[in-house]
Amino acid sequence: MSSAHVVHKKGSLMEEMLDQRHLTVQKCYQCGKCSAGCPVSEDMDYPPSVIMRLVQTESKANEDKALRSMTTWLCVTCETCATRCPMEIDIPGVMDFLRERSLQKGITNPGAKNIISFHKSFLDSIKQTGRLFELGLVAEYKLRSLQMGQDVNLVPSMLSRGKLHFIPEVIKGRKNMLSIFKKTLKKGGKK
Amino acid sequence: MAKIGVFVCHCGENISATVDCHKVAETAAKIQGVEYAVDYKYMCSDPGQTLIKDAIKEHGLTGVVVAACSPRMHEPTFRKATADAGLNPFLSEMANLREHCSWVHDKGEVTTQKAIDVVRTMVAKVKHNAPLEMIKVPVTKRALVIGGGVAGIQAALDIANAGHPVVMVEREPSIGGHMAQLSETFPTLDCSQCILTPRMVEVAQHPLITLYSYSEVIGLDGFVGNFTAKIRKKAKSVIEELCTGCGMCTTKCPQKKISSEFEQHLGVRPAIYTPFPQAVPNIPVIDRDNCTFYLKGKCRICEKVCATNAIKFDQEDEIIDVEVGAVVIATGFDIKRADFFPEYGFGKYKDVIDGLQFERLASASGPTQGAIRRPSDGTVPKKIVFIACAGSRDPAKGIEYCSKICCMYTAKHAMLYKHKVHDGEATIFYMDIRAGGKNYEEFVRRAITEDDANYVRGRVSRVYEKNGKLIVKGVDTLLNAQPIEIEADMVVLATAAISNPGAESLAQTLHVSYDAHKFFAEAHPKLKPVETNTAGIMLAGACQAPKDIPESVAAASGAAVKVCGLFSKDELTREPLVAIVNRYPGPLYSTCVGCFMCQPVCPYNAIEREEIKDRSGKVIKALAYVNPGLCQGCGTCVALCRSKSIDINGFSNNQMYEEVVALFNT
Amino acid sequence: MKLGYYPGCSLKGTSIEYKESVKAVCKAFDIELVEIPDWNCCGATAAHNLNKELSLSLPARILALAEREGLTDIVVPCAACYNRLSVVQYELNEHKDLRNRVIEIIEMPYKGTSTVLNVVQLIQKYMVDKLQYKLVKPFNYKAACYYGCLLVRPHNVLNFDRVENPQSMDDIIRQIGGTPIDWEYKVECCGAGMSVSRTDLVAKLSGKIIKDADDRGAECFIVACPMCHSNLDMRRPDINKYLDKNVDSPVLYIIQAIGLAVGLSEKELGLQRHFVPVNLPERPKSIETFDPFLATQSKGE
Repeated sequence: MSSAHVVHKKGSLMEEMLDQRHLTVQKCYQCGKCSAGCPVSEDMDYPPSVIMRLVQTESKANEDKALRSMTTWLCVTCETCATRCPMEIDIPGVMDFLRERSLQKGITNPGAKNIISFHKSFLDSIKQTGRLFELGLVAEYKLRSLQMGQDVNLVPSMLSRGKLHFIPEVIKGRKNMLSIFKKTLKKGGKK
Repeated sequence: MAKIGVFVCHCGENISATVDCHKVAETAAKIQGVEYAVDYKYMCSDPGQTLIKDAIKEHGLTGVVVAACSPRMHEPTFRKATADAGLNPFLSEMANLREHCSWVHDKGEVTTQKAIDVVRTMVAKVKHNAPLEMIKVPVTKRALVIGGGVAGIQAALDIANAGHPVVMVEREPSIGGHMAQLSETFPTLDCSQCILTPRMVEVAQHPLITLYSYSEVIGLDGFVGNFTAKIRKKAKSVIEELCTGCGMCTTKCPQKKISSEFEQHLGVRPAIYTPFPQAVPNIPVIDRDNCTFYLKGKCRICEKVCATNAIKFDQEDEIIDVEVGAVVIATGFDIKRADFFPEYGFGKYKDVIDGLQFERLASASGPTQGAIRRPSDGTVPKKIVFIACAGSRDPAKGIEYCSKICCMYTAKHAMLYKHKVHDGEATIFYMDIRAGGKNYEEFVRRAITEDDANYVRGRVSRVYEKNGKLIVKGVDTLLNAQPIEIEADMVVLATAAISNPGAESLAQTLHVSYDAHKFFAEAHPKLKPVETNTAGIMLAGACQAPKDIPESVAAASGAAVKVCGLFSKDELTREPLVAIVNRYPGPLYSTCVGCFMCQPVCPYNAIEREEIKDRSGKVIKALAYVNPGLCQGCGTCVALCRSKSIDINGFSNNQMYEEVVALFNT
Repeated sequence: MKLGYYPGCSLKGTSIEYKESVKAVCKAFDIELVEIPDWNCCGATAAHNLNKELSLSLPARILALAEREGLTDIVVPCAACYNRLSVVQYELNEHKDLRNRVIEIIEMPYKGTSTVLNVVQLIQKYMVDKLQYKLVKPFNYKAACYYGCLLVRPHNVLNFDRVENPQSMDDIIRQIGGTPIDWEYKVECCGAGMSVSRTDLVAKLSGKIIKDADDRGAECFIVACPMCHSNLDMRRPDINKYLDKNVDSPVLYIIQAIGLAVGLSEKELGLQRHFVPVNLPERPKSIETFDPFLATQSKGE
């Protein structure tokens, strides 16, 4: 931890989060209640409270650890942490911010590949048609993640239960949707 | 013809660094009515004061303006110097050149000009100052102590031992407060009741202390030295003079299963009861909400067994007035209870208890005779989890502050538990250990090193029950926030200390201020810690903020000294800067038309009705009269008076007007 | 009675039985659902995981469409969609800068005045007081009411029920003759959107939920969220493998339980589409002795 505590106040992630998203990481006093209640914290490389501390140090090295962590991608936004946080910090909002930033910088955790593939396939699906086309999503996800065999056994039973459809629903406001995607994803968001 | 002296102070370099003091004096000398003006390095020093005194005598000055610091700092100094020179002290004024000018501006022409303007306004004002006399009020040398916990007891004994009578009012049937509920006390582990009960008895037996238990203060009128307190003595249904405290009634009462407040609902009591065996006074009361006679009209067993016929079912509340000169508020604190911690299952699971409940379990006189047992099934818990900061330092739950006592009592709880259950495991989840007190840190270390209390740094997120165990989900923040799950038999929450539920209404009754958390507010956080903003009303103990026993006792003794200081004089003097309704000879008497619009707006109830009568006794006119003993000179009535009949001495409308005009007539 | 209606993608696809049952039960209660025309996906977890502005804009477009149609009350059966719509409306009302930016992105007028109703609120507001006339077959089972995350959190935004030990579904179950169990995983997370990308995690999280309810004798689960449903239902083989146990208690949407109680057929409610078969034993409870009004007195904590 020799160089870890160099302070970069201006332009630090903590400052940006406060300015852009009203996120108050500086309030965290490391009680750990978020980590204690988090359903996935034991699978995380840094539990939520540690992520908060990494960001609090305002050191580039520690911010990098937070951005490259698996934590943000394992966070399921269940909001348990935020509900119980004594300092009323929007911890899932912090996770959202870190995810988005790590994508922009192209430094996402390699272990998150499948999760990101899924999210991207999801967004691609609704970008084209306005609504989710589940079969299309699954097909694209499999291509992106190369998880070809996964859940194949589910397909017949889903079909027999009328849960999968072959033709996507397309909304009339497709142009509107494309423009929304264009305007929002224009900064970063590498494909 | 006015002859004003202007004395410009350099305040070392505090003023002269940015203000040209010499020029200020020079210019001031030319203001109409100024007889003499001078500047000097330290006006508050002895030579400086001599300079003022000499000038007053030499030039026959009629008014003094000292252009220096804030009047909060040195007004008394210069008023005294003025008086020493034979001039009425209220003919001296201060122009604030330091806080209002030199400290807040850069050096330059304009800064000096502003200083000159400030001086000019004060010269204009002082020309219209009238000589005033200090107000003298008599002192009733009797104190009212509200609350009979350890703070109230200490204050009452200190005042009474100094020779002044004390009236103590306690809401509960017995004095003793929370301290009577505690088992052992930190950091010495001496028994709480053993050190408290002798003091309680002392109160009861003190010839100068009158104790009203089961009573409440419902009104307070008057002012410092001259209060009238209204006290409601709730009906005990027992004639105190006849009761011998034999305890026959409480033993024979058939209604025995009422949840005991004193035992924190871990034990039971009868309908006619004293809260605990060592109660002072040792006189029972009937809880009418639970007594069979009051509920069903039958029973009267207590009446039958009472040898002295002390039971009186139709007794009514009694309201009495007491004249006192000072008040000590010592109403103590409360703790957060059930429903506040849904994530910890508090209120849902019987074995999740609070700190006070643990005290009762650990107390030799408690419901388990001091054995630590689970409220649910009476078994001895082999694993206890203590959760510190339960609600404290938790803005999400509305409590930002540290409750201060929990770190210490939690360490004590762990220790007591380990002393009683040798093979038990005590885990304490904490955020910080705040042990700043004499022998406190050593005490906590002892709990860790000698009694093997397992301290884990982290907050618990959730407690839930499974198969008779309480699953505690916590985290060790010192190990990369490693999750910890403990299957505990009992969970003790160190719940936040909060103000007493009745504190807010009592504060309003007494006209004293309180903070956002309904704790009583001190007059100054550092320099007046035991006084309130209302003269003559003092604070003692945890009604002001969470405090432990030593601190409460220290504050109580402090409050007692303040009361004794007040009682050391036969008369009180105070500054005459109060509102006054004008008076003229008849037939006008006053421009006041008697509308009494001023009455409801006065925060101090200082405005009274005065009737002018003719010789036959017929009322010719009703006028407002400001009681100078009560008035604090806030000026609300002045602003509201439609006929412009009220003024504040020393801050009259005319003086203010002249000040403003002086600014325009440069 | 006409109400605005946002089905969302799940109800059109994998959770088709949820749509069928909502429609069937609404019909039974004379409620007409007016679908927001040309609605789009709310963006779900994916959008707010990857892009904040997108995650605000997609739901804002839906709300703007509803405003344009004059639909003030919008029923959103999917808890995830309900959550996104509510949170976005809250955020855009709280922060003017975000609102202006979003209006720019969606190129539509937006006021943010809609009332977004989840399925439990729909039942509470429009069905509960009619239940006593319609009840033909009390739902006489021990049920674990599972609320999950999205219905109750973030509490300061949704302000729905109690956040740690919610009771609304338990109350409804009591009113249709059921016995809600007192259990501890009511608001724990099932793994939500990780269903496909991290099935292992879902098996673990959902497994703990299933285990606690099963230990406490639950005969069925009652849910209000398609994600919770598919994780507890479709992922049951993975869960059972994780638990090393065969738990076969079915997972019903609360609306399906109501449907059964008012006499709708299993087919109308789409029960045959579930992965864990809904084989609840016939267990009549005399309607004469059952008073839904008495049952409304929830026991509290």
